[in-house]
Amino acid sequence: MSSNAITLPGTQIQARPWVDELHQWLTTVDHKRLGILYILSALLFLAIGGVEALIIRIQLMHSHNNFVSPEVFNRMFTMHGTTMIFFVAMPVLFGFANYLVPLMIGARDMAFPRLNAFSFWLSFLGGLLLYFSFLGGSGLYGAGSAPDVGWWSYAPLGARAFSPGHSSDYWTLAVLVSGFGSIGTAINIIATILCLRCPGMKLNRMPLLVWMNLVMAGMVLFAVTPLSAAQIMLLIDRYLGGHFFDTQAGGSAVLWMHFFWIFGHPEVYILIIPCFAFMSEIIPVFSRKPIFGYPVMVAATVCIAFVSMSVWAHHMFTIGMNSYANSFFTLTTMAVGVPTGIKIFNWIGTMWGGRIQFKTPMLFSIGFLFQFLIAGLTGIMIAASPFDWQLSLSYFVVAHFHYVIVGGILFALFAAFYYWYPKMTGRMLSERLGKWHFWLFLIGFHLTFDVMHIPGILGMPRRIYTYEPGRGWDTLNLIITIGAFIQALAILVFLANLVISYFKGDRAGNDPWDAWTLEWSISSPPPAYNFATVPTVASRRPLWDLKHPEDPDSRYE
Amino acid sequence: MSILKKSSTVRFLAQTIFLLLCSAMTVWASGPKDPSPHGTNIFAPASTPAKSIADLSVLVLVITGIIFVVVFVLLVYSVVKFRGRAKDAGREPAQVYGSTQIELAWTIIPILIVVVLFLATARVIHAIQDAPEPAGAVQVTVIGHQYWWEFRYPKLGIVTANELHIPVSDPGHPTPTFLQLLSADTDHSFWVPELAGKTDLIPNHPNRMWMDPQRTGIFLGQCAQYCGTQHAKMLLRVSVDGPQDFAVWVRAQQGPAVEDAGAIAGRRVFESNACMNCHAVAGTAADGRFGPDLTHLMSRVTIAAGAAKNTHDNLRLWIQDPSAIKPGSLMPAMKLSDTDLDAVVSYMETLR
Repeated sequence: MSSNAITLPGTQIQARPWVDELHQWLTTVDHKRLGILYILSALLFLAIGGVEALIIRIQLMHSHNNFVSPEVFNRMFTMHGTTMIFFVAMPVLFGFANYLVPLMIGARDMAFPRLNAFSFWLSFLGGLLLYFSFLGGSGLYGAGSAPDVGWWSYAPLGARAFSPGHSSDYWTLAVLVSGFGSIGTAINIIATILCLRCPGMKLNRMPLLVWMNLVMAGMVLFAVTPLSAAQIMLLIDRYLGGHFFDTQAGGSAVLWMHFFWIFGHPEVYILIIPCFAFMSEIIPVFSRKPIFGYPVMVAATVCIAFVSMSVWAHHMFTIGMNSYANSFFTLTTMAVGVPTGIKIFNWIGTMWGGRIQFKTPMLFSIGFLFQFLIAGLTGIMIAASPFDWQLSLSYFVVAHFHYVIVGGILFALFAAFYYWYPKMTGRMLSERLGKWHFWLFLIGFHLTFDVMHIPGILGMPRRIYTYEPGRGWDTLNLIITIGAFIQALAILVFLANLVISYFKGDRAGNDPWDAWTLEWSISSPPPAYNFATVPTVASRRPLWDLKHPEDPDSRYE
Repeated sequence: MSILKKSSTVRFLAQTIFLLLCSAMTVWASGPKDPSPHGTNIFAPASTPAKSIADLSVLVLVITGIIFVVVFVLLVYSVVKFRGRAKDAGREPAQVYGSTQIELAWTIIPILIVVVLFLATARVIHAIQDAPEPAGAVQVTVIGHQYWWEFRYPKLGIVTANELHIPVSDPGHPTPTFLQLLSADTDHSFWVPELAGKTDLIPNHPNRMWMDPQRTGIFLGQCAQYCGTQHAKMLLRVSVDGPQDFAVWVRAQQGPAVEDAGAIAGRRVFESNACMNCHAVAGTAADGRFGPDLTHLMSRVTIAAGAAKNTHDNLRLWIQDPSAIKPGSLMPAMKLSDTDLDAVVSYMETLR
């Protein structure tokens, strides 16, 4: 284990002018800098997507509200969904993968550094294209500006007959271009993990974070490619006279649905598996115990990846599939609950008998466990297809998937931010602001998304810009909106914490959490070359072995 | 639910939770105390498909509820019991790596739960989707348009819009209604929560659904699949009529439009403007299909797919400037003079 940095005699590090510094960042191929760029771009889009969510919530605060026009409202929910999935969740998770995977396997960079930079800039360009639609979307027709076809752009609404101008072209191009970026990064992650592990790091000694990112990257290859194909087919329809999805010329609207959801459902697992990865690193460290059932965790992850490839049509229970298809997709969807349940039990098993330290990363992790449990159980409800005939396309489903994405993914991400920020910057995030952030966000989250299930049960469909009074939806929607603003406040506390701590936070040192994986063996922030000498590992917890030579893990594996 | 019948405890739990839920729902659902129309609560079913879904939902809620309680208690217990204490500082707990027996237990039990849930669900899927159509069924073709509903009764020769009339179905002598679902443009979804689950209307992809309401009254719903700018105001009213009322309604709808000599000026305006390109009035030259059939417009309680009450003022405003009621509606503002506007509204008001 080597924690000393290389010092070259006679060289002094001088502060460079900011133009040089900027140039360094824009042309970097360093996996750590690219990881941070991914994360920063995701934070930028998170703020934008969050404002869009607030506009949606203000409009729905009470019935017959006129805060925005129907056209603007439809753009807001389309942009909110597209932004949050493609330009917040994916990039931020790729950012963490980029930053952490090489460090955790004792590598000096990703396998293809230039591809890495190319992929990041592609996906960032995708985000810029999406937002350029506000300026360029109306095209020559003066129709629309930003896309307003929903984040899944169901055919034939995305056809030229129903979506003239260029608004949905920007949506198509943004998703297509960022999709190429995702595929590039996925290839890179797989190659890095398979080829660049340090001596001794066998597959069954990799940290679970690395395992789960390997599985995630594999899923990206299988899921994003059909989406890219569908986007190209849609472009052919719109500009070259194709009729894949053009129902007026005999095309198939259902074909688009299949293409979209064979991406769309694995996508949920592409997002949640890296979050499982965060949990599998953070919960053990703050429980002071190794992960419970490492081989089972790996097997469950691989199992989720396989089964989740065969569940996509549960998004289509209402489209009139026959009873056999509905039964099949009910079964596969419920079956995913088994490996997912195993994971929750294993995390609880990790805490069991431990000495839990309630630092901010652990608070967010416990929040994750609680909310992900509920999200999984409402998932079982909508997996029962007849129940889904009522709940699908209603606010219940909106509440369910926000429970997964906010209550699960975002909580896990916050845990990851608090846990690895010291490694990335050399400074600790403020625990005091962190606790404010956690409790405010928790309260806001539950106010919004617990309550949001009920209007769905009371028959409120999603994607409506207004609703009739007297349906019993008004009070509920007001509460939901209040919760949204509390969440927004919590996010401001978080952003403030990121900025203030960068300048004034406590020095982190190499290993502030007394953790066990390789990234904590080197300085914070790590030097450009990561490891002065490539480490050799003998177990899943190399730093535990180092700290407890009398009782190393390698004795039991 | 046969599974429920097997265990009285489970049944008791199911009922308790269902009652709790229902009471919570009714508290929330209670808006203005209007005896009709009915609400849109999925736990207040009035028809067999909605009822079997609600029953299945209760089973699913009970099972997931039990799982929640068990896991939640485990989680809270481990967080409280195994919290780090000051006296332990510096010492590490026993390092436990796993346990095959425990892993097996929490793999096999969930698998059994999934099997039970799946079998119960598959039964309901089959019962609803594969129900045969009895001879006495009423057939309706529902055609989704941006942003309104067209209803055609092929056997009865009726065409109407936005307000569906169907007969109440006596379980002893069932007269269910079978809907064929089509779309003229984008995707829509037919959702009247208290009568049945939703089914999409997709162009080039005919669908089918059925309902056999056992209570009369007005049931509300709306389009559930995003279909464009005015998706929000594509509302549905289903009037479930007693057998007599339904027969009366059918006879009235089958007749041609009322010819009122007093409204001849308005009719002339209607027929010499673009109105007749999109709207039909049976027995006249107007046979447009893009907009709702107006032959019996005044038999409907609402206009603009439920966006406004069918009153004189609303009709006038709607014809003058549809975007005032429903911005983004495909009906153009007709830019009629005040005289023409009044005449056309009077003509509309004769179409009973």
